[in-house]
Amino acid sequence: MFAASAFGSAAIDYVALLPVILVALGALGILVADLFLSDERKPLLNWAACAVLVAALAAELGLWFSRTRQARTTFCVPVPGHLNLTSGLCSYSVDSLSLTLQTVAIGGTILVVLMSSRLRQQHSGHSVFGEYHFLILCSLTGALVMVAARDFITMTVALETLSLPAFALVGFGRLAGGEAALKFFLMSVTSTAVMLFGISLVYGVTGSVYFNGINAALSNGGPRMPVLAVGIVLSLVGFAFKVSAVPFHFWIPEVYEGAPLPVAAYLSVVSKTAGFAGLILSIEIAFSSYLSSVATLIAVLAALTMTVGNVVALRQSSVVRLLAWSSIGQAGYVLVPLAVTSVLHSSEAIGASVGYLVLYAVMNLGAFATVNLLAVNEGSAHNLADYRGLYRTRPRVALPLGFFLLCLAGLPPGLMGLFAKVAVIRAVVDGGPLWLAVIVAVNIVIGLFYYLRWIGLLFAPSTTLASSPAGAPIRWTRTPLALRLAVLLPFLGAIVFSVYPDPALWLAL
Amino acid sequence: MSTLLVLLLLLPAAGIAALYLAPAELAARIGAAVGAAVLVLSLVLLPLFDYGHAGRMQGQLKLSWVPTIGLDFQLGIDGISLPLLLLTTLLAAICLFYAQRTTTADDKGRTFTALLLLLTIGMVGTFLAENLLLFFIFFEIVLIPMWALIHEWGSGKDNGADARRAANKFILYTLLGSALMLLGFIVIYSHAHTFDMVTLAQRPGFGLTTGVQATAFLLVGLGFAIKTPMWPLHTWLPDAHTAAPTTGSVLLAGVLLKMGTYGFIRIGIGLLPLGAHRFALALAAFGVVGIVYGALACIAQLRRGGDLKRLIAYSSVGHMGFVLLGLGSMTRVGIDGALFASVAHGLITGLLFFLAGGVKERLGTTDLYAIGRGLYGRARRYGVLVAFAAMASLGLPGLAGFWGELYVLIGAYKPAPGLNVLGFHILMGVAGLGMVLTAAYLLMLVRRICMAPPQGADGPSESSESGDADEVSETDQENEADEVRESSPSVPSSAASGSTTTGSAAIGSPIPAFADLTPRELISWLPLGALILAAGLWPAIILAVADPAVHALFGGVR
Repeated sequence: MFAASAFGSAAIDYVALLPVILVALGALGILVADLFLSDERKPLLNWAACAVLVAALAAELGLWFSRTRQARTTFCVPVPGHLNLTSGLCSYSVDSLSLTLQTVAIGGTILVVLMSSRLRQQHSGHSVFGEYHFLILCSLTGALVMVAARDFITMTVALETLSLPAFALVGFGRLAGGEAALKFFLMSVTSTAVMLFGISLVYGVTGSVYFNGINAALSNGGPRMPVLAVGIVLSLVGFAFKVSAVPFHFWIPEVYEGAPLPVAAYLSVVSKTAGFAGLILSIEIAFSSYLSSVATLIAVLAALTMTVGNVVALRQSSVVRLLAWSSIGQAGYVLVPLAVTSVLHSSEAIGASVGYLVLYAVMNLGAFATVNLLAVNEGSAHNLADYRGLYRTRPRVALPLGFFLLCLAGLPPGLMGLFAKVAVIRAVVDGGPLWLAVIVAVNIVIGLFYYLRWIGLLFAPSTTLASSPAGAPIRWTRTPLALRLAVLLPFLGAIVFSVYPDPALWLAL
Repeated sequence: MSTLLVLLLLLPAAGIAALYLAPAELAARIGAAVGAAVLVLSLVLLPLFDYGHAGRMQGQLKLSWVPTIGLDFQLGIDGISLPLLLLTTLLAAICLFYAQRTTTADDKGRTFTALLLLLTIGMVGTFLAENLLLFFIFFEIVLIPMWALIHEWGSGKDNGADARRAANKFILYTLLGSALMLLGFIVIYSHAHTFDMVTLAQRPGFGLTTGVQATAFLLVGLGFAIKTPMWPLHTWLPDAHTAAPTTGSVLLAGVLLKMGTYGFIRIGIGLLPLGAHRFALALAAFGVVGIVYGALACIAQLRRGGDLKRLIAYSSVGHMGFVLLGLGSMTRVGIDGALFASVAHGLITGLLFFLAGGVKERLGTTDLYAIGRGLYGRARRYGVLVAFAAMASLGLPGLAGFWGELYVLIGAYKPAPGLNVLGFHILMGVAGLGMVLTAAYLLMLVRRICMAPPQGADGPSESSESGDADEVSETDQENEADEVRESSPSVPSSAASGSTTTGSAAIGSPIPAFADLTPRELISWLPLGALILAAGLWPAIILAVADPAVHALFGGVR
C-alpha cells in the first residue's frame, strides 16, 4: 500500500478508492485514445468504456468480499477535542451503503454505455464516442465519490463533478439538446448555490462539515437556532433537485426529452442514485437529531412527488415524457421511507430506500433500453401510439418491455416491483405517518393506469401494421449486440430479482 | 400432502410452458388436459384429508422466500379452504374443457389458454396460501389475466371499447382494494411481527389491541368488500361481467368473488375478531342493502329490456349480500351459512353464466328481448336447465341455494354476544323481503325466456297484446313505486317484434333457431347441476368439513 503524507500522519487508502481511480483513469485514457483512432474504429471505444466499467465493477466486488465490520475509510482528519466521537472524521467511507449504491451506479452506467452504441452527433453526423464516453465516465466518478462522501464539501465537489459533464451530455441531443442543456445548467447551478449557502449556515452553527461532526455537535443539545433550521432546509435543496422531488422537478421532462435517450436513462438512474445518497446521508446521519422535524417535511415532499409524478403521467402521450414523469413518481416512493420520525427505525428506512433504488434502477434502465432499441431501429418510437401491436411485430422487445412496465407498476408477475413497494410501505407503517402509506396505496393504483395503458397497446391487435414505418419487421439478430445486451441484462436481472430479491433488499434486514 | 399442494400450483405453470413449446393448434387440448389433471389432483386430496381434524391446518409447507420482508412460501389447507379449492379446480377444469370449441387455433388462442392457466394458479394459490404476503401475491396474480381476458376477448359496443372500459374499471377498482388490503396486512405485521397466518390464528387477534385490529380490519375489509362485492363498492361488477367472455364470467363470478368472502372469513374474522366485531353490523347492513338492491336491479333489467348477463351479475351482488349478512352475524351458524352460500353461489352462478354463454353463442346476443320466448318448446333440455338454475338461485329447498340462506338467517336471528340484536332482526326481515324479490325476478326470468305466452294468439298484433297483458298482470303483482311500466315493455317488444311475437305464436313466423344442448355442453354443465342437487339434498358434503374449521376459528372468542 502506498503511504502519502498529504493528510498528516494518515495514509490514503488507495484500495478503497480503486473503483473511482479506475473510472477516472479510464475516462482520460478514452479521451486520449479518441485522438488516435480513425473514424471507423471509433465504435471500439464503446467497448473500451465497457471494459473500464467492468474493471471498476470487479474492483467494487473485491471491496464487497473483503469488507470487515469496520468500514474502510480514507481522507481522515484528527478529531478535535471538543467533539467526543467513536469513529473518526473521514471524507470517504466504504460502508455497506456506499458499496451498494456504487455498484448500482457502475452497473447502471454499463447499461447506459451499451445503450449509446448507435449515437450520432447532431450536425456533423460524426460518431460521438470519444468525448461522449469521457464525459460519462467523468460524471460517474462524481457519482461514485458522492455516494461514499461523508462530508458536505466533498459531497458538493462530487455533485458538481457529476453535474458538469451531464450538462454537456444533454447537449448531444438531436432536436432540442442545446436548449435542454441550458435549462438544466441554470437550474442545477442555482440549486447548488442555494445548497452551498445552507451548508455554510450549518457550518456556522456546528463548526464542522463532516456528517459525524455535525451530528455530534447537534446531539450535544445546543440551543435550537432558527438559522440552523434554514441551513438544514437549504442544504437539502441541492439533493432534492437531483432527486426530482416536487417542487424541484420542473427540469426533468424538458431535459429528458431534449437529451439523447441513453443520457436521459443515465440521469434518471445514476444521477438520482447519487442524489438520494446525499439526501439519505444528510437526513439520517448529519441531521439525525432533528429527524422528527425533518421527517414531516420529507413526508410532504414524498406525497407531493409521488402524486404529481403519477397524475401528470396519466396525460402523456410522448413516451419519453411519460417515462420522465413516471420516474418522478418512482422517486417519490424512494423518498417515502425517509419520512420515519424516530432514529430507531432509521436503519430499516435506509434499507428500504436503498432497496427500492436498486430495484428501480433495473426496471427503469430496462424500460429506457427497450425504448432506445426501438428508436434506433425503427426511428419512430416516441409516441405511445407507435407501440400498438408491438407484440406481433417485435415479440422479443415487447415482452421485456411489458415485464419492466409490470415491475414498475408493482403487479405480479413483475414481483420485483411488488417486493420493492412492500419494503417501502413496511418502513413507513413501522415508523412514519399512516396517511403517507395510504397515499402510497392510492398512487400505486394511479400508476397502474398509465402503465397498463401502455401494456395494453403492446398486446393490442395492430391496426397500423400495414402502415408501419419500418415496413417488414426487422430481424432481432440484425440489431447491434450492445443494444440487445442493454435489454437482455436488465431483463435477466428483473427475473432473478422477482424470484430472489434478497441481494437488493439486504440492507433492510 | 404438502407436495400435492405444491403440485396443484406447479401443474398449471408446467401447462403454460407446454403451451409455448407445442404448436398453437394443440393449445386448447393441452389446456383442457391440464385442467382435468389439476381437478384429479385436487380430488386426490379428498381421501388424504383428515376429516377428524378438519379445523386444523393440514398439508403445511413453509419455505423461506424473502426473509427481508417476511415473505415465506407457506401453504396449507383446512376445512374452510377445501370446499373452495375443489370449487375452483372444478370450475377451471370445466372452463378449459368448454373453451376447446371457441378457442382459435392460433397464437391468440394460445394466449387465451395461457391466461386461463395463469388465472388458475392465482385462484388456487389464494386458497392455499398461509402467509399474508403470499396471499396478497396470489390475490394480485389473477388481476392481469382477468383484465386481459375482458380487454381482448370481451364483447361490447363501439367495437369493444365498452369491454376495454369495463376491464380497466375492474382492474383499477380491484387493485385499489388490494393496495388497501396490503396496507392492512402491513399494519398487522408492524404489531405482530409476522405474516404467518397459522401463527396469527393461534390466539384470537394475536394480542393486538382493539384499535389496531379495527384499523387493520377497516383496511383489509375495504379490499375484500370491493372484491366480494359489497354494495356500494360493486359498480365494477355488472360492466365486467357483461363484457367478459363466457369462461371469464364463470371464473369471475364463480371463484374470484369467493376470494373476497374467503378473505373475510380467514383474515377478517379469523385474525382480527375484535375489529370484525366492531364493524359487524355495518358489514351485515351493507350486505342486506345489496340483497334488495341486486334484486331490484334485476327486476329493472327484466322490465326495461336488459341483458341476461347483467341480470346474473346483479344477482351475484344479491347473493353475496347474504354471505355478508352471515359473516356479520359472527356466529358459527352464520359463517357456516356464508361459506355454504359461497360454494353454492359458485356452482349456481357458474352454471347460469355458462347458460348465458350458450345463448350468446347461438344467438349472438344476450339481450333479454332478443332471446325470444318459449325455450321449453324450442330447446327443451336447455330450457329445463335454465329453470333448474333459476330455482337453485332463488333458494328452492332441495337445491344448494336453500341451505346457505337458511343458515345465514338463523345466524342473523341470534347474532354473537355484544352485537345489536334488534338491528340484526331488522336486517333479517329486510333480507327476507329480498328473498321474495329474488324469487320474483327469477320467476320473471323463467317466464320470459322459457315459457310461451298464453295460447289463443291469432296473429302478431294479438300476440303483442297478450305480451302487453303479461306485462300489465305482472305490474299488478309487484310493489315497486317508481317505474313507468305500460309504455316501456311495449316499445322494445315492438322494436324486436320479430323475435318476441314470433317466439310466442308458433304460426309459421320465423323463430330464431335455438339448438338444444350439445354433448360437449352436457358434459361440461351436468357436473355443476349434479353438485347443486347433491349439496341441496345432503349439505353435509360441504358442512361436515367446514363446520369444524369454522368452530376452530372461534376458538377463543366464544
